[in-house]
Amino acid sequence: MNRATLDLWVGVFVAIGLGSLLFLALKVGNLSFAASGETYQLQAKFDNIGGLKARAAVKSAGVVVGRVAQIHLDPEAFVAVVTMNVDNRYKFPRDTFATINTSGLLGEQYIGFDVGGDTENLKDGDTVKKTQSAVVLEKLISQFMFDKAAGDTGDVKK
Amino acid sequence: MAAAISRSRETLVKISNLSFAYDNRPILSGINMEIPRGKVVAIMGSSGCGKTTTLRLIGGQLKPTAGKVEVGGKTVHLLGSDDLYELRRRMGMLFQFGALFTDMSVYDNVAFQIREHTDLPEELINDLVLMKLHAVGLRGAHCLMPTELSGGMARRVALARAVALDPMLIMYDEPFAGLDPISLSIIGDLIRKLNDALGASSIIVTHDVQESLKIVDYVYFVSAGKVVAEGTPDELKASNDSYVHQFIWGEADGPVPFHYPAPQSYADKLMGPRHGG
Amino acid sequence: MADNQKAKAAASQKKLRNSLASPRGPGGHGQRLAPERSLLAQALIHLGHTVTDRLWRLGFAAHFFVAVLLHSGTALRRFQLTIREIYFSGTLSIIIILVSGLFVGMVLGLQGYDTLERYGSSEALGVLVALSLVRELGPVVAALLFASRAGAAITAEIGLMKATEQISAMEMMAVNPIARVVAPRFWAGVISMPLLAALFSAMGIFGGYLVGVKLIGVDVGSFWSQMQATVDFREDVLNGVIKSFVFGILISWIAVFEGYDADPTAEGVSRATTRTVVTSSLSVLAADFILTAFMFRGL
Repeated sequence: MNRATLDLWVGVFVAIGLGSLLFLALKVGNLSFAASGETYQLQAKFDNIGGLKARAAVKSAGVVVGRVAQIHLDPEAFVAVVTMNVDNRYKFPRDTFATINTSGLLGEQYIGFDVGGDTENLKDGDTVKKTQSAVVLEKLISQFMFDKAAGDTGDVKK
Repeated sequence: MAAAISRSRETLVKISNLSFAYDNRPILSGINMEIPRGKVVAIMGSSGCGKTTTLRLIGGQLKPTAGKVEVGGKTVHLLGSDDLYELRRRMGMLFQFGALFTDMSVYDNVAFQIREHTDLPEELINDLVLMKLHAVGLRGAHCLMPTELSGGMARRVALARAVALDPMLIMYDEPFAGLDPISLSIIGDLIRKLNDALGASSIIVTHDVQESLKIVDYVYFVSAGKVVAEGTPDELKASNDSYVHQFIWGEADGPVPFHYPAPQSYADKLMGPRHGG
Repeated sequence: MADNQKAKAAASQKKLRNSLASPRGPGGHGQRLAPERSLLAQALIHLGHTVTDRLWRLGFAAHFFVAVLLHSGTALRRFQLTIREIYFSGTLSIIIILVSGLFVGMVLGLQGYDTLERYGSSEALGVLVALSLVRELGPVVAALLFASRAGAAITAEIGLMKATEQISAMEMMAVNPIARVVAPRFWAGVISMPLLAALFSAMGIFGGYLVGVKLIGVDVGSFWSQMQATVDFREDVLNGVIKSFVFGILISWIAVFEGYDADPTAEGVSRATTRTVVTSSLSVLAADFILTAFMFRGL
């Protein structure tokens, strides 16, 4: 095994090794959205964040525009305060609606931005005023059952 | 006689009162030897008497528990690692069975030391390596791998490797072990010739009496960790010392007993119950 | 007369047996020469010896590790030495890694589909396969295979060099064997391991794709898109690479140490090789747990 052949095979090995690594990074993972230097922070308050977790996506029209950085409880108002890192490229008007949605029926929860028409945009550190909490399944079911019961009673009364 | 030998030339290796124990088992107890420049000296003794240990102590691979080894005036076990490596560059050692590097060719084995310790260009190394191989008669085998060599050939390549940097002290650990008669005389011949050509000193550790007595200038006999006899080959052949006699003439029984000690003599054991009955 | 003889014979035989017998032994004969030790005491002494032995060996191994790092200059300056070892450890392991990766990925595809189908989430197959491989199976299984193939080979090679006195010869030629023989093999293992793990994961994902999309019929679009949406570079891929890097260090360290410390006999080398595979495998699994706990605890 002379040096040239040896070097060749080692080169091949390192090349395909790095190639697989690149494949994993780009095709399998999502390398594009990793930098946090090009983001600005927004806050939003929710009565109930449901199953929202840190690093969940922030989407507008279905496109990922940011990530949830931190979630903590406001000890005075007892609401959840969610801090988000939003990509610098996207600016949102001040009357944007932040809602907590579920992807699919049993999927992960994310924050959706529904934009309004305000001419001024939210700046770094601003709080999104209008929010809608997560839909908690149990409440929905009990609501449904309550409505059904009320409807039946109404029928019976008639 | 011993004094005459050492006074006549400068001493290269001086071993004074050397003791070594391994795991509380004493191997050497107070050895005194002198190896003069330009001479071939043999250290003989039965297996396991500490001959190889002596070589390792001279080379600095082991530290003595008492006494000292001086090579060229420097005490070996007191040297720092840089100085020790300096010293080793001027020593060559032939290990039992060769110890060639099996992942390199014969050429690369001999060139190993030259490449590691000098900055000589490859053409010069080529000349040196082929010269050394020619001296041992294996220039044509330089492309072979160690696994393709016979025992005798491997030993010769190892010899070429040991003298690659023209050392001042060459040590041989059982160079004659397991060789056919032709290889035996070749190796013996080479040891003597190389020693004289290089003006070096050689120490041969062996228990091959015939071959070594033909080529050496002086012999030390070691038994049970002590030097029990020393002298020139002629002196020893004429010696009356029972140990020397047993060794040189290959007698089965003598100071080195034939029977390994047992708690009871065999006769007593066989006859035991009927004794005095 | 006969009785007398028999008694004498019995007495002298007993005396001989006693004098030759070791002081430790089962039960109690009254006429022992040395103090008798109970089984429990023996067991405790043995345990104590084993523990101190292991601790001593661990300390020696740590000392050896530091020595290898300090003497790595040659391995990095004369990179040709390391390249040669990368060939033997890494390149020659490619086949086994690729084939194993493929099969593991395919099995993940089959088993994963079977389970996900029950919850109607079969398009998440890509996510399942990718996450399992990139986070865990890639680094761990590749490490186990590497330990058995390359680790054992390194141990055997160094052990044999020791047994045939090649290491001694090198020392006597004023060449430091740790710098020349051990360090290149260590660094070759450390460099090869992450690459092999990445290869394993990539091949596994391909295997999952083959089974899921081509064989079973999961939608190709959702296979890849869900995977891309869920697998995060920093959290999953990078953590997997860090793991395989740590495994590489562990395996290479154990392999070179066991080789260097092996008894210079045939039996010694074979035992050292076995120890390399066993110790490496256990260490990899233990380290995997520790690293996973650190890395994925938040999720």
